[in-house]
Amino acid sequence: MREGRPKSFYFLAAFFIAYVVFLYGPMIAIFILSFQGPEGGLTFPMNGVSLVWFQKLFSGAGVVDIGSAFMRSLKLGIVVMIVTVVLSVAAGMAFRKRFAGSGFLFYTAIASLIVPSIVTSLGIALEFRVFDDLVKKHAGDLGFQTFADEWTTGMGLFTSGLGAHLTWTLPFGLLIMFAIFNRFDHRLEEAARDLGATPWQTFRHVVLPIILPSVIGIGLFGFTLSWDELARSSQAIGPVNTLPLELQGLTTTVTKPDIYALGTLTTAVSFLVIFAALFAIQALQRRQARHGSDAGKGMV
Amino acid sequence: MALKLESSKLVTWLQAGPMLLVFVVFFIVPLAFVIMVSFWDYNEYEMIPAFTTRGYYETFEGCVEKWPELCTILRTYLKTLKLCFLVWLFTLVIGFTVAYFLAFHIKSKTWQIVLSLICTIPFWTSNVIRMIAWIPLLGRNGLVNTTLINAKIIDKPLDWLLFSEFAVVLALVHLFTFFMVVPIFNSMIRIDKRLIEAAYDAGATGWQTLWNVIIPLAKPGIVIGSIFVITIVMGDFVTIGVMGGQQIAAAGKIIEVRLNALQFPAAAANAVILLGITFLIIVMLARLVDVRKEL
Repeated sequence: MREGRPKSFYFLAAFFIAYVVFLYGPMIAIFILSFQGPEGGLTFPMNGVSLVWFQKLFSGAGVVDIGSAFMRSLKLGIVVMIVTVVLSVAAGMAFRKRFAGSGFLFYTAIASLIVPSIVTSLGIALEFRVFDDLVKKHAGDLGFQTFADEWTTGMGLFTSGLGAHLTWTLPFGLLIMFAIFNRFDHRLEEAARDLGATPWQTFRHVVLPIILPSVIGIGLFGFTLSWDELARSSQAIGPVNTLPLELQGLTTTVTKPDIYALGTLTTAVSFLVIFAALFAIQALQRRQARHGSDAGKGMV
Repeated sequence: MALKLESSKLVTWLQAGPMLLVFVVFFIVPLAFVIMVSFWDYNEYEMIPAFTTRGYYETFEGCVEKWPELCTILRTYLKTLKLCFLVWLFTLVIGFTVAYFLAFHIKSKTWQIVLSLICTIPFWTSNVIRMIAWIPLLGRNGLVNTTLINAKIIDKPLDWLLFSEFAVVLALVHLFTFFMVVPIFNSMIRIDKRLIEAAYDAGATGWQTLWNVIIPLAKPGIVIGSIFVITIVMGDFVTIGVMGGQQIAAAGKIIEVRLNALQFPAAAANAVILLGITFLIIVMLARLVDVRKEL
């Protein structure tokens, strides 16, 4: 090997630092500005320091009902996270063998990732609209007239909204599972099988503990992608809005720093989730390192 | 044995089935609906299930009569492609450089992870927030304008910093360079370091090694990153809307405008056109690489 650092290192390091400043600079600016004094505006300089804009958010004054949008996004994010983890791990297990339709599922997932979000969103909206029309027209024929009259729409947070988010999170989950199993040592499972473990025991006691840190990663992706999702939700979320949609609505009308306070708050939630996940992954890895061998400890 | 085989098949289907079901209900069928509805008729308040090419016809209205002057839809797509190209170029150059630094100049695994995390974390936060974060910097009274005025470089604030094409490209690069860094980095760390030593020993300069060894081997990552960035920008309407001050027409924006006017078939026709063009670009790019091998 050549000794010392080449000149290019310092140039590239400077480039990297510039990139990081570019990434974080604007965000840091709005974090600072969200503590703007009551008389302060949308830009620097700071006009005193206060928590006024955060209070405004929670009191619900001025802005749309942020509190309930916040809760809706949180609930949806958690459901999306759970579904993404379960379905991705299950499908990831299936993909370790070739099966009829595996190619189809794989390319569908890739397509779902790269088809422009607005097209998917529009499609889901159309699907539900046509479905609504069918219900309104034909539920009466089946003897459910009041049902047909009262029906407004099947669209909602946990129907079309959940589906729209899953078309975005599941491909990521599946790709992470591929990455995991490409690096997975199959001999461990064979050993478990040779020792008489059932497939479920093999999964529960051998495979799952090994892949668990990455599975938490999938959960992290599932939650944060849903928490910040906008384009796919735009047409498919139904009558109520998620937090990013409210935020986008605010960008055109905003004149006060309360939007920054909202930004700071949502980012804080993202960071909380990220660091909780990273911490959990670290803890698990440390535990794995400690309990590398569980020889003689028995299985069940 | 036959029974065993059957049951293992069943397990596989139980494992993969739910995901397939979600994709069928929320992706494949909706796409079919988009194509179907694009051939429907409509009036002010509802869509009418009768076959017509009105959605397409209206979209391309004036394109033949006005030729060689460009009609709205062609101009819009040219604008979208231009934005797409600029964003692709910047994300590629920045993403490649960052990935190169992380893959070849950072020797310690821990530092590699820490620095990658630093690049990843903003990706996990809201895009809208990351867009509005430019307002205090680029606005008329923003940091950039104030600094330039105080330094006597300009005497009145620059208008094109915010709510302009410049702002759109800047924000898109800011948001999506990450999508270039990850696949390129992923390709680069798989390059056998001995190849680079060999190139060096054979007398190649740094640039020659970069051009003849590293770039060809990082090609799959470059292609995957490009597919990501290009498809995102082609369909984008949120960033272009917010950063363009709702004034810039783009492919995704047309669909949104039609939707807001409740002209679903017209929106669907535009979606089909967008889908077709995006698909063409991907096919061209994907010919360069086998995606599945690269995971």
